[in-house]
Amino acid sequence: MVEMRGISKRFPGVLANDRVDLDVAAGSIHALLGENGAGKSTLMHILSGLYRPDSGTMKVEDRTVSFASPLDAIRAGVGMVHQHFMLVETQTVAENVVLGDRRLGFRMDPSAIRDTVAGLGRESGLDIDPDALIWQLSVGERQRVEIVKMLHRGARLLILDEPTAVLTPQEADTLFDRMRGMARAGRTLLFISHKLNEVMELAETVTVMRQGRVVDTVPKAQVSHRELVRMMVGSPVLFDVTVPPVQQGRKLLSLRSLRVENDRGHTAVDNLSLDLHQREILGVAGVAGNGQRELAEAITGLRKLQAGTIELDGFDVTGSNQRRMIDLGISWVPQDRQHTGTAPNLSIQENFDLKHYRSARRGPFLDRAGQSRRAAALLAKYRVAAAGRHQPVRLLSGGNLQKVILARELSTELRVLVAESPTRGLDVGAIQNVHELLMEQRSRGVAILLLSEDLQEVLSLSDRVAVIHSGRIMGILPRARAEADTIGMLMAGVVPEDMAT
Amino acid sequence: MTGSTASGTMPSGRLRLRLEARDQPGLLTHLAVSLLLLVAALLLAGVVMTVAGGNPLDVYRSMFGAGFGSKWGLNDTLVKMVPLTLASLGVALAFRMKMWNIGAEGQLLMGALAASGIALFAVPPDMPQWLALVLMAAAGAAGGAVWGIVPGWLRAQFGVNEIISTLMLNYVALSIVQFFVYGPWGERGFGLTPMFERNTWLPRLTEYADQWSALRGLTLHLGILAVPVAIVFLAILLNRTKFGFEIAMVGDNPDAARYAGVRLRRTMIIVMALSGALAGLAGMNEVSGVVHRLLEHISPGYGYTAIIVAWLGRFNPLAVAVVAFLFGGLIVGADEIQSAGISSLLQGVILFVMVSGNLLIRYRIRLREPETLA
Ligand SMILES: Nc1ncnc2c1ncn2[C@@H]1O[C@H](COP(=O)(O)OP(=O)(O)OP(=O)(O)O)[C@@H](O)[C@H]1O
Ligand SMILES: [Mg+2]
Repeated sequence: MVEMRGISKRFPGVLANDRVDLDVAAGSIHALLGENGAGKSTLMHILSGLYRPDSGTMKVEDRTVSFASPLDAIRAGVGMVHQHFMLVETQTVAENVVLGDRRLGFRMDPSAIRDTVAGLGRESGLDIDPDALIWQLSVGERQRVEIVKMLHRGARLLILDEPTAVLTPQEADTLFDRMRGMARAGRTLLFISHKLNEVMELAETVTVMRQGRVVDTVPKAQVSHRELVRMMVGSPVLFDVTVPPVQQGRKLLSLRSLRVENDRGHTAVDNLSLDLHQREILGVAGVAGNGQRELAEAITGLRKLQAGTIELDGFDVTGSNQRRMIDLGISWVPQDRQHTGTAPNLSIQENFDLKHYRSARRGPFLDRAGQSRRAAALLAKYRVAAAGRHQPVRLLSGGNLQKVILARELSTELRVLVAESPTRGLDVGAIQNVHELLMEQRSRGVAILLLSEDLQEVLSLSDRVAVIHSGRIMGILPRARAEADTIGMLMAGVVPEDMAT
Repeated sequence: MTGSTASGTMPSGRLRLRLEARDQPGLLTHLAVSLLLLVAALLLAGVVMTVAGGNPLDVYRSMFGAGFGSKWGLNDTLVKMVPLTLASLGVALAFRMKMWNIGAEGQLLMGALAASGIALFAVPPDMPQWLALVLMAAAGAAGGAVWGIVPGWLRAQFGVNEIISTLMLNYVALSIVQFFVYGPWGERGFGLTPMFERNTWLPRLTEYADQWSALRGLTLHLGILAVPVAIVFLAILLNRTKFGFEIAMVGDNPDAARYAGVRLRRTMIIVMALSGALAGLAGMNEVSGVVHRLLEHISPGYGYTAIIVAWLGRFNPLAVAVVAFLFGGLIVGADEIQSAGISSLLQGVILFVMVSGNLLIRYRIRLREPETLA
């Protein structure tokens, strides 16, 4: 299906792809693996016509191609679903799917379009409501829109850049089913992932990249989990988070009977109460869209409470705005790193300083020398791969963008950390680092609320696990009693008999 | 598309041309392209003039001579540059935050009105000149600020589109000025107020002709000092202050700014107030430095030209001032050849060419390669 030969791409300061060869067999599921900044997204952008390679040749279905735009690529049957979605927020699903489709010309028959989109959704098993507005959709739903959009335009090769990074395990399973279905129907799938389990489960062939080069391409059957890691990182790595025992401190954050509405005005968090202690990681497990985002926004002051109170270290801080909450030491790693967590055209340095600038003791002026010192230190400490601290963050790879946010949120005098999927999009090594950082904060006395769809992560890090369903806490289990099946039931809204009171 | 548009490629209709994103346009590319575009604009306008039966070379020569060719021309150009720069800087400030304030004209008028009110009714003839000028400047800034705060507040509180509200307020301001100059403040129904007392005039160079005879007849006034002051003020505000950083954040991603604890509404209103105040100062300069009275046509559209100037200067204070200087010369030149039409034509063509030419800075044009078409 695809034959890439000697592809190189240089960005100012980095060689993102270095003489890369890649072959993808038609009808197969092919995985692309590698550390953050290894050049995976760049290579796929080249294959899908977004970037031009500096050198090298490409063949798609045995014809030499040279794409000057994604439009050329899709004409040749190559479509990509990006790591960062590209949808028009204020339009409907149906409009987004047909957006930019030349075949339609200027005449659009809304009802016909809606039917086509709904039909495509059903066919591929990716149900979506064609009339929903994009901004109202969860990330998982947006991803379906992107996939349907590509199918609608006739993609025979579908590229998915870290598709499961934004999904719940259940959603991911569904996606895998759909992907297998599409492969059986003759489409070729090429996906990027940091999750080795997924790769082992789904892919037939695996290509590993490191620092812009292809390390090797191997059939899955001939390679083990451990070998893949060695190929990615260059050395064997241990994966174990040790949760050192600590003396739990006093109650730091106390949520009482919170009620919060979502953007659509429906109750998203319903009469929710939680206590969070010093030196504690409280994991909140739950299927995405069960009120996690609204809960995080309520705690951090971004969203209005309809009812309830929030106490921080014994003081009532109910109704404080975002600025006050930041000043009180509440750090927040938001779910949406693109639209909430960073200002894309500002530099890495400025994004490090997005909140911190206020604490400079220079009256109305910025402390520019301090800023650059801090930026240099954070770049090094968090190993952000970038061309320098003045690079706009929109040019960073997904994982490195996440590192910028983490660096910013963990480098202040924080008391409470609200972390939403903090390791999303990070490679195995970086995940290990983040876990260590969280443990470090924990032993320093920080209270951590970990909201993650990655059950494995929640289970391995948390002192206690709270399960959220429809905006309510279904149960709270201490680490010792937190077992995957109990939690799975609670996540589905079912209270197991031995817990029912 | 949200986010990473800058590095995308763009199809260009059904032409066999393609636009391709440049990785990072450098300063030199910027300058070279801008110059090229200016030449292109002059050529294009020249074609129009030729078709209309004129000789563009003659026109350009006499315009350039009038605007920049002599001490007198330069004097007039600088006089026009003062209100143009102030208003343009105001516009640029708001545009930095993606607040599309196109109400500089109204803000300028309200500034002129407020300053005139002070000059006519609050300044006794024996008040020291400096005090009178300070009062007038404060009133001018305040008048413009109010005219900026209103749309700023409407936007912050109710989400009212500022493009529409600022545009409407331009007409409202003009009506108010007309009401005053034809009505209560007017003189014999000519649409102008009586001449102000001397102590409300910004001093002009010609007043120092006794010491330096070369200055005789030069009408350039003290208001020119506002130009460097405003540039430095704005450059510091935007690049060195916490508030300026907040403006940059809001301009780039309001959601991230909110997340970072920026008080969006407050920021919007303050920026609109400052933006209006700068335009208001431009109005004060005109009444106090140039005409010494308020009249209906106090501004030949400085507030609208300011939008073009701010845009061409890419919202950078120094670049805006340079463009304002050139446009000052353009206005003077057009006056000289007695054709406001030519001035509008040139302004329009330059804006059109520059804005479409903006693409050239961000993208490279390539011929579409046939083999990818199939
Ligand atoms: N448009 C660009 N301009 C400059 N540098 C870029 C650009 N796009 C990517 N880079 C750099 O190229 C390198 C490779 O980036 P790429 O996005 O391909 O990584 P990746 O393998 O997808 O990583 P991740 O797993 O973190 O998503 C990174 O160092 C990144 O900062
Ligand atoms: Mg990537």
